[in-house]
Amino acid sequence: MIRLVGILIGLGFTFVVLLAFVTGAYTAATEETTESATYVFHEEAHSPESGFSFDGPFGKWNLTQLQRGYQVYKEVCAACHSLNYVAIRDLQQLGYSEAQVKAEAATLQVPGINPDTGEEEMRQALPTDYFPSPYPNAVAASAANGGKIPPDLSLITKARHDGSNYVYSLLSGYQPMPAELNQQFPDFEVPVGGYYNPYFESLVIGMAPPLAADGQVTYADGTEASISQMSADVAAFLTWTAEPKLIERKSTGWPVLGFLLFATILAWLAKKQIWASAKPRNASGRED
Amino acid sequence: MSFPWAKEYQPQNGLTKFLDEKLPLPRFVYNAVGAGYPVPRNLSYFWNFGVLAGFFLMLQIVTGVVLAMHYAANTQVAFASVEHIMRDVNWGWLMRYAHANGASFFFMVVYIHIFRGLFYASYKPPREMIWLLGVTIFLLMMATAFMGYVLPWGQMSFWGAQVITGLFEAIPLVGPPLKTWLLGGFAPDNAALNRFFSLHFLLPFVILGCVILHIWALHIPGSSNPTGVEVKGESDTLPFHPYYTAKDGFGLGVALIAFMTFVFFLPNMLGHPDNYIEANPLSTPAHIVPEWYFYPFYAILRAFTFDFILPAKLWGVLAMFASILVWFFLPWLDKSPVRSGHYRPLFRKFFWFGLIPVMAVLFVCGGAPAEEPYVMISQLATAYYFLHFLVILPIISSIERPDPLPFSITEAVLNSDKKAVLGENAEPAV
Repeated sequence: MIRLVGILIGLGFTFVVLLAFVTGAYTAATEETTESATYVFHEEAHSPESGFSFDGPFGKWNLTQLQRGYQVYKEVCAACHSLNYVAIRDLQQLGYSEAQVKAEAATLQVPGINPDTGEEEMRQALPTDYFPSPYPNAVAASAANGGKIPPDLSLITKARHDGSNYVYSLLSGYQPMPAELNQQFPDFEVPVGGYYNPYFESLVIGMAPPLAADGQVTYADGTEASISQMSADVAAFLTWTAEPKLIERKSTGWPVLGFLLFATILAWLAKKQIWASAKPRNASGRED
Repeated sequence: MSFPWAKEYQPQNGLTKFLDEKLPLPRFVYNAVGAGYPVPRNLSYFWNFGVLAGFFLMLQIVTGVVLAMHYAANTQVAFASVEHIMRDVNWGWLMRYAHANGASFFFMVVYIHIFRGLFYASYKPPREMIWLLGVTIFLLMMATAFMGYVLPWGQMSFWGAQVITGLFEAIPLVGPPLKTWLLGGFAPDNAALNRFFSLHFLLPFVILGCVILHIWALHIPGSSNPTGVEVKGESDTLPFHPYYTAKDGFGLGVALIAFMTFVFFLPNMLGHPDNYIEANPLSTPAHIVPEWYFYPFYAILRAFTFDFILPAKLWGVLAMFASILVWFFLPWLDKSPVRSGHYRPLFRKFFWFGLIPVMAVLFVCGGAPAEEPYVMISQLATAYYFLHFLVILPIISSIERPDPLPFSITEAVLNSDKKAVLGENAEPAV
């Protein structure tokens, strides 16, 4: 009985799903499929020529690069993008001294409350404060940027597929719209206030090229500030902001794996030795 | 409840004698996973996965309890509290990555455990109750994992909750009020997040309870084995300890190496980048996908695109639940007297060339965007899935002529190991 009901239910589901298949196949066969420009011209993110120092299982931070990246963030990105989950004190991990971090904090203003009057006011930041947002609230951020809030950058390299390379490719990938795109998709156009960027999912990004010219930032360490260099540096910095424990994690992994490998080999040898005594006995139950 | 030749626990010293008299816990452990539990001697490494599942359940509970000490279930701060764990809590990143990847590994080993049961028909008498409890555990795991994924309150958390609770809306009449009741509102919000946290903390202990029942039920008939032939005598078994504790120890080592590789080197590979964006009810992600372990069932849900009497969405929901509930009925759908797939030529073909590739196809389609050709492929795969369990399995169990079974486990072991054992001992098994 159960099997009869089962067969009927099974055939029922099969019938309905095959019906859906037939209608779907019919639609697919009769409807013209139009390729979209975002499929054809979207490009996958790629790494900077020399790669990133933190890539791979043995990766390490390049502290001078992170410091340069922080400088790019501070002088360029911070005008529009917040860094909500990073505290100013965290900068010490980039190789700055406590005094340097204190001095850095003093250059930033955060919302506070006047201890005498209780009124809201801006005050000098302390290392324990988090990086202040460039806008007082989300509405202001949206209003100043054509209706879109510039995303917070703390986690951006983890919030995008292949994030470090994505940030690098996006920042260094602004270019004029290719002529073939226009020939293939005459309807496609870059709207006013948009910029063509093949690394952005929709090909059109609302952010004006933030790193527009070589030498836009004057690096304290004298490195030549090409667009590609600045993009790589800030991508490295944003990889650190997204996961400050990245290198600690990888370097902890090796001893853990080493120990486990050792323990597993011991376990295997123990297993072999124990099972050596488990020769099958015959059916009379006597030991062979 | 055990075999008559099972070794009896002998308390050795004053303390264990005292305990054995007042609260015989050591005896209980001895009989459960010690020398007092005789196990078929021919278990393959596929029989390691039950112990592994138990290990990952415990790992999830331990890491989860620690994470709950630092996590805040409030939509205003949930996302930030996870970042606090990642950045400021000592070893918080390790706890969180172990918990997130632990869920993936828990599902991975449980899937292997389930499909081992399907191939060796471990659901057949006398082990139906073990199987029923196992499917119940799997359903509880799915609910727990779903609610856990909502807790970080990222984009996929929010929209996943929206989609899954939206499924209940497809139920006629009571659907929409049921969804509102489940969420405590019209959309996932603070009320939903709070109750999901509460249930996500509770359900693992319900799972633990079911696991205890699962193991209890297992110890009544004893473990199944690759031949599917029941234990006939003492020579067919080995005491669990030290033989299978040693084998499980080695298996656990291998599993931990794979697990730690993910935790330390690829912690976000099995996750989705969108979940590092805080939940935003006003911005829908381009593709809403569940965690990878739900892909096959998500593909079945989306395969129903045609309104046949009932709305397509309702068909999808019914089919998705039916695709798991059908497992409950396997002991009565598959009537073949032979258990192991090794001795069932027809069943074996449908298993390896039907069910397994179809599960793989559903897995790929479930993770792909709802576009052609994925939808059409998942429709064919879904059709096979239901045919396999509800039509093919009952029919082949009546028409199939199984291969001859070995007389006993010992005989099977001796035959497969003739050179090593028979050559030396020159005493054939009877």
